[in-house]
Amino acid sequence: MKLIWSWIVGFGRFWYGYIFGDDWTVSVAVFIGLIVSGVLTANHVVAWWLIPVIVVVMLGISLRRASNRPRKS
Amino acid sequence: MTSTGPIAVLISTFLASGVEAIEMVTIVVGVGATRGWRSTWIGVAAGFGVLAVVVAVAGLALRAVPIGPLRLVVGALLLTFGLQWFRKGVMRVAARGFAGIGGVVHEDEAELWTEPRIDWTAFTLAFKGVTLEGLEIAILVVAFGAGANQLGAGIIGASAALVLFGAAGLLLRGSVQRVPRSFLQLIVGVLLTTFGTFWSLEGIGVEWPGSDAAILGLLVVYGATAAIFVSLERQRLFGLRPAV
Repeated sequence: MKLIWSWIVGFGRFWYGYIFGDDWTVSVAVFIGLIVSGVLTANHVVAWWLIPVIVVVMLGISLRRASNRPRKS
Repeated sequence: MTSTGPIAVLISTFLASGVEAIEMVTIVVGVGATRGWRSTWIGVAAGFGVLAVVVAVAGLALRAVPIGPLRLVVGALLLTFGLQWFRKGVMRVAARGFAGIGGVVHEDEAELWTEPRIDWTAFTLAFKGVTLEGLEIAILVVAFGAGANQLGAGIIGASAALVLFGAAGLLLRGSVQRVPRSFLQLIVGVLLTTFGTFWSLEGIGVEWPGSDAAILGLLVVYGATAAIFVSLERQRLFGLRPAV
């Protein structure tokens, strides 16, 4: 039972790390962007530009946040 | 009755499958060179295994596979993961510079997997790249080949594209591995983000200007973004002016 539980926890951790990594806000912004793109497309609005814009903006925000963080060594 | 000849089907399938095969090989070589080859090869083998089962079971019914949702899921996962490597790659290249990281692998910053157990990250990336692209190739074969009643020519065209671009990937493997690991992580991050953006949006029905050529446009935009962010990070870290 303990082995199964540790496997489930490990599986969950792997996918959390895979999807959200060090900065969960970037992934959340991407998911919101995909939903908005879907809504725009369904309403016949051109939406291909939205995710690239989110990617560039969120990367900039995330990098700034990371470099303002105190370094370990 | 009009029927497309076998040569036309062979060439069409070769070219269309070639685009998918290049995407597949790019992901596999990038991931293998960055994380290590053992788990990447296991992911590739598992991907082809699953593909073989799907093709054997579904056969001609492959035309009914809902490729849109599959592209959305795989694309979104590649996009979120690719962005992590994109970000880490920018920070590491900015900190070390291209000259400073040449040929030296720093244990603290390398993504190279050195543990004896399987690296699930490399496995998953390679597996998804192979299954999605392989499935698209299988669908192309069915669409072109069965549609024109030339399934054999379609299979030969797609197999030739896979073998040719797969061999090219194997030949390039050595050169790719000589690229400094941090820089490689940035390149693969940009590539995964590019494919992830393209597939996820295609999966929800977005029409890209120029169709598949939009991948090159995305690559240029994200490549320029990487260069700008590396310059800005270096300026922030060392007070340097952005490199031209």
